[in-house]
Amino acid sequence: MESGQLLNLTTVAYFSAMVLFFAYIATKNKTVALIATLTALAGFLLQTTALGLRWYESYQILGSDGRAPLSNLYESVVFFAWSTVLIYLIIDWKYKQRTIGAFVMPIALFSMLWAQMSLNSSIDPLVPALQSNWLTYHVITCFLGYAGFAVAFGVSVMYLLKIGKEEKQQGGKPLGGILGMFPPTKVLDDLNYKAIMVGFPLLTLGIITGAAWANYAWGTYWSWDPKETWSLIVWFIYAAFIHARFTRGWVGRRAAWLSVFGFAATLFCYLGVNLVLSGLHSYGGA
Amino acid sequence: MAERQKDFTDRVWEFLCSLKLTIILLLLLAVTSIIGTVLQQNAPAAEYIQEYGQSNYELFKRLQFIDMYHSTWFIGILALFSVNLICCSIKNFPRAWRFFKEPTLVPGPGLFKNSANSTVFTVKEDRQQVAQRVTEFLKKEFAKPTMTEKDGQLCFFAQKGIYSRFGAYVTHVSILIIMAGAIIGNFWGYKAWVNIVEGTSISKVELRSGGEIDLGFTVRCDDFNVSYYPGSNRPKDYNSDLVIIQNGKEVLKKRIEVNDPLTYQGITFYQSSYGPAGTAVFKVRVTDNGSGDTMTVNAKQGQHINLPNGYSFAVTNFTDNDRNFGPAMQLHVNTPDGKHGSPFVVWQNFPEFDVKRGGTFSFALLGFDQPQFTGLQVAKDPGVNIVWAGCFLMVFGSLTAFFFSHKRLWVCLQDEGGKTKVQLAGNAHRNQPGFALAFEELQQKFESVVKNESQKKEG
Ligand code: HEM
Repeated sequence: MESGQLLNLTTVAYFSAMVLFFAYIATKNKTVALIATLTALAGFLLQTTALGLRWYESYQILGSDGRAPLSNLYESVVFFAWSTVLIYLIIDWKYKQRTIGAFVMPIALFSMLWAQMSLNSSIDPLVPALQSNWLTYHVITCFLGYAGFAVAFGVSVMYLLKIGKEEKQQGGKPLGGILGMFPPTKVLDDLNYKAIMVGFPLLTLGIITGAAWANYAWGTYWSWDPKETWSLIVWFIYAAFIHARFTRGWVGRRAAWLSVFGFAATLFCYLGVNLVLSGLHSYGGA
Repeated sequence: MAERQKDFTDRVWEFLCSLKLTIILLLLLAVTSIIGTVLQQNAPAAEYIQEYGQSNYELFKRLQFIDMYHSTWFIGILALFSVNLICCSIKNFPRAWRFFKEPTLVPGPGLFKNSANSTVFTVKEDRQQVAQRVTEFLKKEFAKPTMTEKDGQLCFFAQKGIYSRFGAYVTHVSILIIMAGAIIGNFWGYKAWVNIVEGTSISKVELRSGGEIDLGFTVRCDDFNVSYYPGSNRPKDYNSDLVIIQNGKEVLKKRIEVNDPLTYQGITFYQSSYGPAGTAVFKVRVTDNGSGDTMTVNAKQGQHINLPNGYSFAVTNFTDNDRNFGPAMQLHVNTPDGKHGSPFVVWQNFPEFDVKRGGTFSFALLGFDQPQFTGLQVAKDPGVNIVWAGCFLMVFGSLTAFFFSHKRLWVCLQDEGGKTKVQLAGNAHRNQPGFALAFEELQQKFESVVKNESQKKEG
């Protein structure tokens, strides 16, 4: 079995999990929800195996120059999907709000589809500047941070969909239908904050390890190149989010919008900078 | 008048302390930072003029967009941000400190009534006996309690995680520390570069901001090497053997490579580039295919070397890795009437190959010597360790602020004619749902221990 085939199976599993989560919302059947979560978990385990295998394959192809599968655009997109599912599974395990899966699994699924259909998956050796352990820590922490923000984004979208309807509904009657299946808006609002609380320290660590790497490689820990600057922009936005929670009025809808806005900046930092702007960070294999 | 002035300073102070200002500044920093990622920074004037026109360039210059991260207005926002941070901390810190310095040992009357996490029950034993059990219970299950007697009540107070009240302050101070480190690096450090030809030494480096600086010691490059990934032109690694010489003595030797620099007296040398220095010399064996005579010559690149019968040749080009075949040179042979022959390639790894070309002479490349220079980034940054210390505090502080909470428990015992009234309450300063669950469990254990139920069953 090759890692590529395992990743195909992963994509199938994520697709199935997504469909099952939709089915759960439509049928309200708890068993379906459990199967959906287990399918997502199976996909996650497959993907973990695939990542390990790809790491091993890199040693077969490159000999002693093998490396962690974290260094070109393809590998990073695959790792992003992995991180997102990881953070989702943790939240599922802790809070048992399964409908969230319907809004998070699509993010992982589309990442996998995009990586597999249009990105170059070859295992190439690293240029000298990228041969650093700091880089591995940098990528892992950044992407887990991004994943936290992705989950917060999914939850915020649910919140925004639900709150509008809920406010129109007179007399505090609980909502029926699909929106009625969503977790209570208070829970969604809280989960948004919790996911960002996970993402923010990880992004902080990501920026710091990136600075450490740059300092080792070039002798400057900060040079305001577009990628660095955008990571700082994202960091500012979520710092604003965290402080906005202390002042009244910045919970609920405004917090959800800030989270959506923050995730848009995150995506731009991750992809936009490479595809639109130029800088030191452009991925070799892209 | 004095009244109004006080009012005004109060308002300024409130403004500088406010979280509203924080949010505005954070979002303002986020938005303005975009400019420098879209508009190239510190490029030559001609590039802006070509792309955006003269008048736009003038505008950018006036708005300091060309080097916006060092512009007065951007630094101004950062400065206001720091002031905001300092004022806010000064204002709020005393409150956090009071939790530490003056813990609420005896709860006010409202606490047991209003707290979401509380319970009351009565035990048929006297206070002394109950107090013993309470102390032991808290010590074992939560934290060592402090006992206070007041108004006929015996109160116990125990707390965990008080330090998490300070996480936010540690985070905030860390930001100031990082900024301080950056400022120190800017004022007392420099960024420079230097190229050293193999076998030579330097003692001065070129500042990025212009000018030269004397290192106060000498750096010699003994050797430079590049290695390639097998079968490709991708460099795998390049490294330089550097020697630091101070007062004529070799004090430090290190092979530096990308991602592994050398530091001496606070000055760090980073491997960053390389290139050819001076002309290459080739050791070439020439065979006269007619007579079978051979000769070995050292040919400089571009130099014409005479061959028998009025012929001559010159090496015009070379690479140290031609596709998969290793080092190769390109050369041509001139006929006696001075006509240039067409160029051809000879590979070092295939010395017999050129015979097949069927020329008057055949060539083999025995070796070559291309002096290289190694390109080094040179940085002195006395603030960098301060920055790392700040980063460490930031991670440490934000983790404590986010993931730990200050949990407090109070127990009060009151004599009621031989019986004892027991009151228990607790709270946490964040993650209330989590604390509520833990409290429920604790409360059940507490009741059974304090009522001494397990022992009763035995007796
Ligand atoms: C980008 C810079 C900043 C970062 C990374 C940061 C980080 C943090 C963190 C991690 C917390 C703890 C949050 C929590 O307990 O949930 C916090 C709380 C807080 N921050 Fe900041 N902060 C920043 C800037 C500021 C500034 C400029 C102010 C000044 C007004 C400020 C005021 C506060 C206040 C009042 C709290 C609540 C403290 C408490 O728990 O009592 N922060 N900040």
